[in-house]
Amino acid sequence: MKVLTGNDLRTGAVIWWTGTDWSPHVEEADEVGPDPAAVIAREEAARRVMAAYLIDAERTADGVRPKHIKDRIRAAGPTVRADLAVGRLDPADRAWVI
Amino acid sequence: MYRYDEYDQAIVDARVAEFNDQVARRLAGELTEDQFKPLRLMNGLYLQLHAYMLRVAVPYGTLSAPQVRMLARIARDYDRGYGHFTTRQNIQFNWIKLEDTPAILELLASVEMHAIQTSGNCIRNISSDQFAGAAADELADPRPYAELLRQWSTFHPEFTWLPRKFKIAVIASDTDRAAMRLHDIGLKLVRNDAGELGFEVYVGGGQGRTPMVAPLIRDFVPVSRYVSYLEACLRVYNRYGRRDNLYKARIKILVHEIGADKYRAEVEEEFAGLKGLDLDPPAAELERIQAMFAPPAFETGLADAVDRSDPDFALWVDQQTHPHRAPGYAVVTVSLKPVEGIPGDASADQIDLLADLAERHSFGELRVTHAQNVVLPHVRKADLHAVWQALDAAGLATANLDLIGDIIACPGLDYCSLANARSIPLAQRIAERFADAERQRDIGELKLKISGCINACGHHHAGHIGILGVDRKGEENYQLSFGGSGAEDASLARIVGPGFSEEGVVDAVETALETYRRLREPGERFLDTYRRVGLDPFKAAIYA
Amino acid sequence: MTLIRFRDDQPTDEPPVTLEHFLDDAGTGAVRLEPGDDARALLPELGRVKLVEIAFPTFRDGRGYSAARILREAGYAHELRAAGDVLIDEVVAMRRAGFDALASRAPLDPAAVERALARFPYVYQKAADAAPPVWALRHG
Repeated sequence: MKVLTGNDLRTGAVIWWTGTDWSPHVEEADEVGPDPAAVIAREEAARRVMAAYLIDAERTADGVRPKHIKDRIRAAGPTVRADLAVGRLDPADRAWVI
Repeated sequence: MYRYDEYDQAIVDARVAEFNDQVARRLAGELTEDQFKPLRLMNGLYLQLHAYMLRVAVPYGTLSAPQVRMLARIARDYDRGYGHFTTRQNIQFNWIKLEDTPAILELLASVEMHAIQTSGNCIRNISSDQFAGAAADELADPRPYAELLRQWSTFHPEFTWLPRKFKIAVIASDTDRAAMRLHDIGLKLVRNDAGELGFEVYVGGGQGRTPMVAPLIRDFVPVSRYVSYLEACLRVYNRYGRRDNLYKARIKILVHEIGADKYRAEVEEEFAGLKGLDLDPPAAELERIQAMFAPPAFETGLADAVDRSDPDFALWVDQQTHPHRAPGYAVVTVSLKPVEGIPGDASADQIDLLADLAERHSFGELRVTHAQNVVLPHVRKADLHAVWQALDAAGLATANLDLIGDIIACPGLDYCSLANARSIPLAQRIAERFADAERQRDIGELKLKISGCINACGHHHAGHIGILGVDRKGEENYQLSFGGSGAEDASLARIVGPGFSEEGVVDAVETALETYRRLREPGERFLDTYRRVGLDPFKAAIYA
Repeated sequence: MTLIRFRDDQPTDEPPVTLEHFLDDAGTGAVRLEPGDDARALLPELGRVKLVEIAFPTFRDGRGYSAARILREAGYAHELRAAGDVLIDEVVAMRRAGFDALASRAPLDPAAVERALARFPYVYQKAADAAPPVWALRHG
């Protein structure tokens, strides 16, 4: 599947497009649909996101997982600081990241 | 150290107000990201993997205790409790919010700090020797000259939109502790035959995609004219540096493509034309700055001996202290490379402790090294034991300076959006494999440097052992290289052979060091043995 | 397009021609320099120049700042105009580099320009404007 990710303009937090708005939780990411460029342009112009881009992801039993390691690290937090885990991810359960 | 006067303070305060205004315009939609990005970069605010990252300038790596305390406060109040000391002597905070940045910059300005020009295609932080003013081998303290350049380069109207970033280093000793030859411009303070002070000027060094050691462009420019000489160097670069290709835009490419001789001639012509325009500050300005770098009031008649009865303390003294110019004192390097830690990271509590130790035991001064450690420059030998105990209690007493455990590693894919591979976990694996302190000392001086991408922020080209992380079909892969050096014997590391997995490269490093131990002659470091016997014996062992 | 001039004299109404055309035609007095043009090519002909327009196709290309300073250093005293991607955040550097006219592609608010120019009370280095560098203020 193709999903959008970006950062919150004010806070810089990593956010994921749910189909209707932006969520800090990668599990809530959803298929972006046929015109990602239009979504990005509209959302950036409205300042609801910045630096948005399209990524590959897959839906697993545990939720949406980005395909590329860089995006997985963005979803979960630095692999070397379990205490800085982002989102709802259980710090102990990060084996899927790498 | 340098103290702002009303002019310095007014300029920084105006910058804070300007950025405040720019942030407000961005949040209100009056500036697009495309227009805002270069502006926020010139105030040190990057967008990184997880959040905005703020890179605070530490001019020539020198900090006062109040400044260090403010950094701890920022880590605590605006970040997630820690900061990262960088390979350009700056400090980075990884979890900053754009909306907080004006307040953070205001706090920094209140202690004479800023994040000006720590990113962007402009002149960056002027770096220098972390032992300046403390080591015995310098001709003079290089930092006043660096401070003069800091001011000259700040908001320079002609050089704000260069083809690419520009990094300058200033040293004043034969021993190069600042990797001066690997900068866009490197300056070495020297005395000519007539006894006058001036600089050797090296232009066109750098790492990144195409590492180069800077050639000597001028063997002497007098102190009275080095600012206008640099104007000439920068102007030639601004006019002729490539702007068609991001990866060919540094000055090293220009010097390489037109040749050092042609570049030198262009600069001389420009320099001659600038004479008479009164661009150089008067000697009185340098003297004003130098007065602020006068040596602290060192005590005399101090004990020179150190009580070595505690073996752990003795090992730490041997590894982490350096002779001081003043009898009875020592230069202390504090390792930010504990075995299970993250190279260059320090918690807010640790940073506060460093401020206290600087205040009580180092005349209020702390330094940052380009190897991601910090330095207490003026510690009485009589106080070393107390300092060590305090550091030890805080996990800051690892005795690994310049040993294999003292790894330089960029933040890598754990933090950086430019990275292709993670570097910190590899640093940790290597540090674990070689955790045994005796084994580290037996190996001896071993500068191991890891970069997570070709931008080489981990300085892997200048590593005795350098490792570059790459993305090989979606998997992290590591290229090994040997023989680099950022010291006065500057050289670029050579790739050993096909890359490795993370586990594989740790094994390869171990094999290389076993080969070194087998082949070494008395007194040889790994680098020396490699330079003597060449790559083949190592390659044969690693790929056997 | 917004034109803001910091000069009292009347602007020339001659449209700027390319550098090549200018050097070829001794009757022209207004020239436009692109980022890759060498400003020094004008020096032998400086006497007949009434307007130099320096192009900034993108604000990131800073070659125009060097061109401007070079002309001012050579004694050029007529109109020096920055044209193109001239944004509020560049006006201070442009004035300091010697520009006395700004022709921005996008609308530029003159009040905002004035505020921007008044923001920094001091400058650290000598450039093509009259502002004394801080070191001159310190040492009279």
